[in-house]
Amino acid sequence: MFAYYMELALRSLKRNPVLTALMVLAIGLGIGASMTMITVLHVMTNDPLPERSAHLYTPHLDPLPLDYTHGGNGPDPADNLTWPDAMSLLRAHRGVRQAAMAGGTLLALPVQSGLQALYAAGRYTTADFFALFGVPFEYGAGWSAEDDAAGAHVVVLSDELARKLFGRADVVGRTARLGELDYRVVGVVSRWDPAPQFYADSTGSQFSDIDTFFLPLSVAVNEDLPVSGNESGWSDDEKAGSSKRGAAMSWLQFWVQLDTPAQVADYRRYLVNYSAQQKALGRFQRPPTEAALFGLMDWLAHRNLVPNDVHLQLWLALGFLFVCMVNIVALLLAKFLRRSGEISVRRALGARRRDIFVQLGVESALIGVAGGTLGLAIAQLGLWSVRHRPDDYARIAQMDPSMLAGTFVLAVLASVLAGLLPAWRACRVAPALQLKAS
Amino acid sequence: MQIRPILAALRRHRLATLLIAMEIALACAVLCNACFLVVQRWKLIQINSGVDESALAVLTVNGFDPSQAADLNARMLTGLRTIPGMQSVTLINQVPFGTQAGAAGISHDPGSFKNTIGVVDFVLGGPGTYQALGLKLVEGRLPQADDYRPATNFAPPDAQVLVSRALADHAWPGESPLGKDFWCDKLHFRVMGVVDHLARAHPHDWGTQATEWTVFTPTLPGGSLAGTYLLRADPHDLPRVLHNARDAVAKIAPDVVLDQENSQTVSDLRTTYFESDRIMINLLLGVIVTLLGVTALGIVGLASFWVQQRRRQIGIRRAIGATRGDILRYFQIENFLIVSGGIVLGMALAFGLNLLLMQHYELPRLPVHYLPIGALTLWGLGQLAVLGPALRAAAVPPVVATRSV
Repeated sequence: MFAYYMELALRSLKRNPVLTALMVLAIGLGIGASMTMITVLHVMTNDPLPERSAHLYTPHLDPLPLDYTHGGNGPDPADNLTWPDAMSLLRAHRGVRQAAMAGGTLLALPVQSGLQALYAAGRYTTADFFALFGVPFEYGAGWSAEDDAAGAHVVVLSDELARKLFGRADVVGRTARLGELDYRVVGVVSRWDPAPQFYADSTGSQFSDIDTFFLPLSVAVNEDLPVSGNESGWSDDEKAGSSKRGAAMSWLQFWVQLDTPAQVADYRRYLVNYSAQQKALGRFQRPPTEAALFGLMDWLAHRNLVPNDVHLQLWLALGFLFVCMVNIVALLLAKFLRRSGEISVRRALGARRRDIFVQLGVESALIGVAGGTLGLAIAQLGLWSVRHRPDDYARIAQMDPSMLAGTFVLAVLASVLAGLLPAWRACRVAPALQLKAS
Repeated sequence: MQIRPILAALRRHRLATLLIAMEIALACAVLCNACFLVVQRWKLIQINSGVDESALAVLTVNGFDPSQAADLNARMLTGLRTIPGMQSVTLINQVPFGTQAGAAGISHDPGSFKNTIGVVDFVLGGPGTYQALGLKLVEGRLPQADDYRPATNFAPPDAQVLVSRALADHAWPGESPLGKDFWCDKLHFRVMGVVDHLARAHPHDWGTQATEWTVFTPTLPGGSLAGTYLLRADPHDLPRVLHNARDAVAKIAPDVVLDQENSQTVSDLRTTYFESDRIMINLLLGVIVTLLGVTALGIVGLASFWVQQRRRQIGIRRAIGATRGDILRYFQIENFLIVSGGIVLGMALAFGLNLLLMQHYELPRLPVHYLPIGALTLWGLGQLAVLGPALRAAAVPPVVATRSV
């Protein structure tokens, strides 16, 4: 029966090619625009580390004084940790693995002569970082906790930066000059760029930044290396409020691996206890319950990385799809009612209302499939134009297989939905009246 | 032409009528709000920076030690000034649409965070920078040679400054700003003059009120005022001059790094800065056009169906004396009535949508005059779309009445 309905649908669509083309075009445009924006939103809210994200958590404390008011547009200082707090959490070693980190940009001098010096973005962090996030090494390995403690001048380079500085990637043991200092290369990592860069400070470009070097955090503090993220101080005391070791300046991010729900609950308790203890000591003023532990995806949701413009464009696209659908409802209604005579003959010959309904439904679905194909092409065009935008997220706007399938499902669903009302109206045509009238 | 029979006929096609009216209503709501968004963005893009953008470029170098700042400035100024076609090279910390260098909160009282005025951009300029920018003084006096003093902190202490008119109106509404004092933490400033316009580096980031909250602070080169240079040349000559200047840096100061991104003409910086807004405008315009197109197609499709369905009735009317004009007008009036119904619904929808946008995107209220414009557009669109089918209806010969189908 289905094959017969298909044949009927094809014949009916061919009989009126202009109207069919109009409907396919309308649904194609609506689907194309919607899928472009849904894909952009999808990649922006993507899981940057699918294998590990379920076990990664970031602890948050609120060391701000009670009378501190957060002014306007700037980032919240309580998003980051102070040096003393980060070091306490690190030493407590309550998670499976943990690392403290901050971003930094340093001037890198190529070893090969004749090349321009360049600015390299990287991260100051602690030994566990590489194992915590599963950073893939090409040569060598990360540094040890002892190197952290000693403030050893060691560096891990990205493959890209190693090639820029040395012309090749197997450079373990050689010396790289970053900023004013020399570092011994202990490892080279292959391309690793989680997007968004969830572990970075909120002021960076989340979707386009890639770390090209990793240095021990202790070196950054000892040598007072420049930090690229937000450094917020809340004390008049120069030493506490604006030095890296200060207890009243937040600038560090902290991530911890917790494998079981029990570990997560323990860690939450530990954070509250730690805050209570700091409050008792007089360092914290706010209630210890302000301490929070975010999972990776929760943290991204909390940070809300999707710009308003993208939301607005998504709503525009969906609104457009809706208008297209209303339009298709009207056109299908006209198309189906025009065939009242034919439907009446089928009904008189014994077709049930249900049969008519299914037949017309198949016809709408066919339009949906054609519209979905067109929509897919339009969405690819749309994504191509998004990739040429100057925005931070442009680079990652690509469709994955699930989005591809989603396009078709949405298109067929939209057109079947649009066909429901006209099909229902058409299968209620009274056969006798129609047959008599013609 | 009587409206009564048209309404009676429409009542027999309730579903189709409702669908077209709904389409018109949706189109009306989206059209009004999208146009409003376009106009808002357009105003944003048209911001007056107050400087001679076409004649100015900025050149930034970094990677030098602060102790070498004075030496570097001297070398750069003399070196760059020898480039043919260069009208002036002066020191500045930031230009409109470039990298923001000095945004800080100011208040009416020293050292406190009470009685604040707001966060402003401090534009530090060396001798000659004011003239090079081409700012327009509207009140007070120009900086004299002894107003230029070295910056000990991020700006010179007790500096005499120029403020933009927008900042003056905000900080001292209804008063003359001349001679007024303000503080940035403990640093004291006194207003000596007001310039017509001077945009901040990132006018977008601070809300529509604060796009021009700027303080021009005369400063001697050195210390925090180093590494960023304002180049002025004839607009036609500027790209070549900037290109030569970028090349010259390697010879003048081989030890520093040229900041490629921040060494551009101010016009280019402006284009880059507003790129996403331009894309948004084009996108919105695209949506408006396709939406109107789709709506028109819907009307054409349904009207054609009605014409075909009513061929016999049309024939009968023609046979008993109706002219072609009567038939044509019938369909035109019918369309007008349906579109009018849609517009009434659409106006309510437009305001609803606007309220939603106001809540989520800090958009102002939709001005009322958008509604009649939207209504006129849709009436016009409806008439245009129905014209084809209506003409076809008018062409139906009276003889149809006597045939059975």
